[in-house]
Amino acid sequence: MLRISKRAEMRKTHQGLVRLAAIVASLIAMSGWIMVIGHNPIMVYTAMLDGCFGSMYRFLETLKFTIPLSIAALGIMMAFKMKFWNIGGEGQILMGAFAATYFALNFSELPKPMLLLLMMVSAIVMGGLWALIPAIFKVTFGTNETVFTLMLNYIALKYIIYLQYGPWKDPKAFGFPKIPNFTDNAILPKVLNLHVGWIILVIATIILYLVFHYTKLGFEVAVIGESENTARYAGMTVRRVVMKAVFLSGGLCGLVGMIQASAVSNTLTSEISAGIGYDAIIVAWLSNMNPLAVPVVGFLFAILSQGASYIQTAFQIPQSAADIIQGMILIFALSGEFFIKYKISLPERRSKGGQHA
Amino acid sequence: MLSFIVFLHAAIQAGTPLLFATVGEIVTEKVGNLNLGVEGLMLMGAVGGFMAGYKTGSPIIALLAAALTAMVGGWIYAFLTVTLRANQVVTGLSITILGTGISGFLGQSLVGEVLPKSFTNVFREMSIPVLNKIPIIGPVFFEQNLFVYLGFLITILLGIYFNFTRFGLNAKTVGENPYAADANGISVSLYKYIHILLGSALCGLGGAYLSLVYIPAWQENITAGRGWIAVALVIFSMWHPYRAFIGAFVFGGLDIIGFRLQEFNISISQYLIDMLPYFVTILVLIFNSVRKDFNAGPKGLSVSYFREER
Repeated sequence: MLRISKRAEMRKTHQGLVRLAAIVASLIAMSGWIMVIGHNPIMVYTAMLDGCFGSMYRFLETLKFTIPLSIAALGIMMAFKMKFWNIGGEGQILMGAFAATYFALNFSELPKPMLLLLMMVSAIVMGGLWALIPAIFKVTFGTNETVFTLMLNYIALKYIIYLQYGPWKDPKAFGFPKIPNFTDNAILPKVLNLHVGWIILVIATIILYLVFHYTKLGFEVAVIGESENTARYAGMTVRRVVMKAVFLSGGLCGLVGMIQASAVSNTLTSEISAGIGYDAIIVAWLSNMNPLAVPVVGFLFAILSQGASYIQTAFQIPQSAADIIQGMILIFALSGEFFIKYKISLPERRSKGGQHA
Repeated sequence: MLSFIVFLHAAIQAGTPLLFATVGEIVTEKVGNLNLGVEGLMLMGAVGGFMAGYKTGSPIIALLAAALTAMVGGWIYAFLTVTLRANQVVTGLSITILGTGISGFLGQSLVGEVLPKSFTNVFREMSIPVLNKIPIIGPVFFEQNLFVYLGFLITILLGIYFNFTRFGLNAKTVGENPYAADANGISVSLYKYIHILLGSALCGLGGAYLSLVYIPAWQENITAGRGWIAVALVIFSMWHPYRAFIGAFVFGGLDIIGFRLQEFNISISQYLIDMLPYFVTILVLIFNSVRKDFNAGPKGLSVSYFREER
């Protein structure tokens, strides 16, 4: 029999290697499947890369997907670090977009900088509040936040669809159920051919890094994540810290909603999030609670996702193939965690006849 | 009165996928494993069952295929959480992502396909003699299809299993206190594996009910969040199979109430009515957490067992 024992903490670089191996392993596993359905995996992967880097336009598209994915992942990381399983990113994105859209549609005469600022702040607050609801119940009654945040996703989605088909329907759209387009005032400007979301991402990454490493809140979040009892013994008001951190978590997701509505779709639709809230969970987890890793992992995921939509037309491989790869990467990464935490060794052999020594 | 009976009858049918998934998740959680992959397992079962049913025309093969496909997902979950002691929450989420991907991938070519008549005939409504003569209860519960009866049967058997058999009681010990179970010579890993696989198979059957009987055709994302409602229903039913009956059928009713309200010319936006099951799920969650004595979950839930940490 093999013997499993806990190992002392592994070096950071080795941990990174184990995770990299997990990604490679899942790509190899996926290759097997691609061959089963009759394609050459190398050609498929090359086409995926071509779909992401083949032209300036495609490259910008890949970056455009990296931005919301990474910002949302930063938000989710904040909650996950506390072991608050916020899987409600999707709903927080939608509600943030909802608040931003409210101002974009009703205050379009405001000067551009003011309107954009108003949209951003309202999106952060709305996303934060949407996340705060389950947090309040969690700290007060211990209500399960996983299912709660998830149910709020569906409610937010239905609400946006309701707005889209009902009260907010564009009367000028010939009966087509869509919300009016934003005026130019409500659209985020571009810097270097790419909307300013990328600057927001850079700033958010740095801020979260600083929060985690140099602030009281970051320290408290880390302690609560390790052990709530320890935090309590240390005199922390767990309740307040959890609520503060979850508000920020939802706020970042809400900001994603504003960016997507303003810069990408120029209006609010029910497809504005399109699973970003869920993908961000994977990105946050694979980044191993390190904010600086988020944009990198987010970019890798954007490649995967953009590439998958590209090969859909070229090879008739359904887009859901990307889901499978994502699921497999997660599964392999989780298996990799085992080798980081435990070591397997063969039992030491007893010397012959040593029983009566 | 008559239309109320018709409504309840339909609620049972809408609640059956929830019943399968809920009791499946109860079986999994009884041995201390919180599997958030129910949605993915249901989708895997739905696509596996539909593919097999569509290709072979045999209901039995379809059901087996549904259970086996979901068990593949369940096995991955069990391997990760039991053998490798991975985080149960994240593992469950990845099973959902994987299951969604697999069902979309395999289902791509099945969209819009319909099952042969001979197949759907097997799951036509059949009354159970004598029992169907009971007023109200008869027409609501005992004029259903075979799949619904299978759900009744499995739920009753599981109730007996967990309360009156040695294996069932052992399983509960594994969930409550794996260290004590281990000390008593119960193989913790074996019990966990078996129950996780059994639970996954039941979730898969819940998904298959949707694609084979309820709809019965293939459509993308056929479960539409029912797996998550099942996770909440486990808490609602306080980990007891019989209470899962009530939960599943109440939520089945919520699922279809929109159509019924339209019949009575009550004009609430369909999209707002669609929120109802999710909203009520939240209320149930809150209610259960406020009433602490209701929170009778296994003590060892979502904690990995590592013998050397004893």
